[in-house]
Amino acid sequence: MEHIAEGFVFPNELHITWTVMIVLYPYITGMVAGAFIVSSFYHVFGMEKLKSIAKFALVSSLAFLLFATVPLLNHLGSPMRAMNIMLTPNFSSAMSGFGFVYTFYLLIVVLEVWFCYREEIIDKYNSSRGIMKKLYYILTMGVTVKSDKAKEFDKKLIIFLAGFGIPVACILHGYVGFLFGSIKANLWWSTPLMFIIFIFSAIVSGLSVLIFLYQFVHWLRKKPVDQECLNLMGKWLWGFMIIAVVLELMEVLSIAYENTERWTILRELIDGKLLVSYVYLQIGVFSVIPFLLLCVTSLFKFDTRIKNFMIWLSSGMLLIQVLLMRWNVVIGGQLVSKSMRGFTEYFPGLFDKEGLIVSVLIIAIPFILLRQFDKIFPFFEKHGLLKKN
Amino acid sequence: MEKEEKLNDSESAKMERRQFLRLGLYSAAGVLCGSFFAFGKGDKDIVVDNYEDLLKYDWGFIVDTTRCIGCGACVRACKVENNVPESYFRTWVERYEIDSKGEIRVDSPKGAIESFQSDNFDSNDIVKAFFVPKLCNHCYDSACTQVCPVGASYESPDGVVLIDKERCVGCGYCVQACPYGCRYIDEEKGIADKCTLCYHRIHKGEAPACVNACPRNARIFGNLKDPNSKIRKILNQRRYGLLKAELGTNPKCYYIGLDKEVK
Repeated sequence: MEHIAEGFVFPNELHITWTVMIVLYPYITGMVAGAFIVSSFYHVFGMEKLKSIAKFALVSSLAFLLFATVPLLNHLGSPMRAMNIMLTPNFSSAMSGFGFVYTFYLLIVVLEVWFCYREEIIDKYNSSRGIMKKLYYILTMGVTVKSDKAKEFDKKLIIFLAGFGIPVACILHGYVGFLFGSIKANLWWSTPLMFIIFIFSAIVSGLSVLIFLYQFVHWLRKKPVDQECLNLMGKWLWGFMIIAVVLELMEVLSIAYENTERWTILRELIDGKLLVSYVYLQIGVFSVIPFLLLCVTSLFKFDTRIKNFMIWLSSGMLLIQVLLMRWNVVIGGQLVSKSMRGFTEYFPGLFDKEGLIVSVLIIAIPFILLRQFDKIFPFFEKHGLLKKN
Repeated sequence: MEKEEKLNDSESAKMERRQFLRLGLYSAAGVLCGSFFAFGKGDKDIVVDNYEDLLKYDWGFIVDTTRCIGCGACVRACKVENNVPESYFRTWVERYEIDSKGEIRVDSPKGAIESFQSDNFDSNDIVKAFFVPKLCNHCYDSACTQVCPVGASYESPDGVVLIDKERCVGCGYCVQACPYGCRYIDEEKGIADKCTLCYHRIHKGEAPACVNACPRNARIFGNLKDPNSKIRKILNQRRYGLLKAELGTNPKCYYIGLDKEVK
């Protein structure tokens, strides 16, 4: 394979080390963290308006979390040794905590889902037959009786888990940002702001995926949406996307204003290799348009059908915006040579091990899993929908 | 009588010529053997039986950029010695050319394994040109060993940054962290790889392959802990620079005649 480079790059830099798989990982964990934080808004801060989406947010978080490590495993040169990260961790490395943080967070999410659905699982166990009854029996963990006392206890535990989960979700995702931001060798990544940018973009992607799917599922099932919930989510999305985009632009602005040696090459990066994916697409199209749309939906009152469509469109566009942001950070940073004299080229192959088809599959699987989860843990309460009718 | 004398003269001349040739041959062999012992070896008398022995050494490296001629012999020697995969490099040579307008061009085609075949500039107004060999800096505070999540990258007791091939997971974090572009992922083996200073050679008292191959002694290798070592003496006498010293990696590869354009 012929590698193309502009200017001078160190000979080993012709190959990109972190491929599109490492773009997907922060994208997926971003949705995990974002969705979890949304569910916690209801459970911990008692935002009743979010009730109709809280369970969905929590289970989405689980579905994405279960697949978060897949792109990483696919990327590892020696995936069979993946457990070394927990068996022989080197604590001077930012990455060494990954296994522990991930496992801990997974435990919190699984427990919270279980406590949230415990009563429903018992109901399902009582009403089902055959293999399904056995499956539900396993899920009940042998406790098939409901009581008010237990319900109270469950509620307390859910609040504790959801509250405790917020910092852990922030750590899980902020720490991915830290992992990039702390690499002093990389001109585009090295900034202490990186982990804050990552947390806010995570919340944006989490809110976006929930709004997008919530509306899509209700449209598919021809059910009315909870308008209050959607309005609130739309406003939050508007707020968080402003913070995320402004932080990212301020970061570039401060590098430009400082005008140190690295700006000379980063300016060329933004003006050249990232002109389309960063300037035109991420900022120009997928940030400005949703911002304007959400300004309108948040500030003005008009036909809810149009409003909902605008919110839905914005959420879809912001999902792409966050994906572009991950690409521009992860790939963009590797395109600049550490020699500060040139750029390398990267585009994932179609059928490669770390190519586009595999990427699409990895992104699609959590959604398919989410569909299956809906059958075991129904997200949207039927009586809630009927009440709105 | 005269005839006999003439005969004796020519015979003695023959003898002298023969003796001269013999002497020449012996001295040539002597110089060859002597030089083999004198230059073929690094620091002599290296005995490593236990851990304490390793602590006597702190291997360092000098690159004298004023001596390098860009022949690429070091790159070829390294490739062969260490079986470095194609299109990756444990060492390479960069060429810098500056023209009268101050414009600078840098290149290292295939790491200069085939030396430099063509000129960078079309015009002939190059005012300054030089070569810079690069290799792992074996930093005292290396970023790569800091970031390795499984502890596969480590610094040996004698100051060489190495990779435990049995432990490396091939995550590539160290490749990102190295500011000098000295690491790569060996795709076939699925692990990170880099210059080992020819660790397998230096403990037999041999110099690293690149040092051995350099025809201009532009690469000097030795024990920094030994005050009488060649490397220590040179560092005491010459002025040198470090690559990207501002990053605090504290590199152990010292560059003599380092130009500000080299990063």
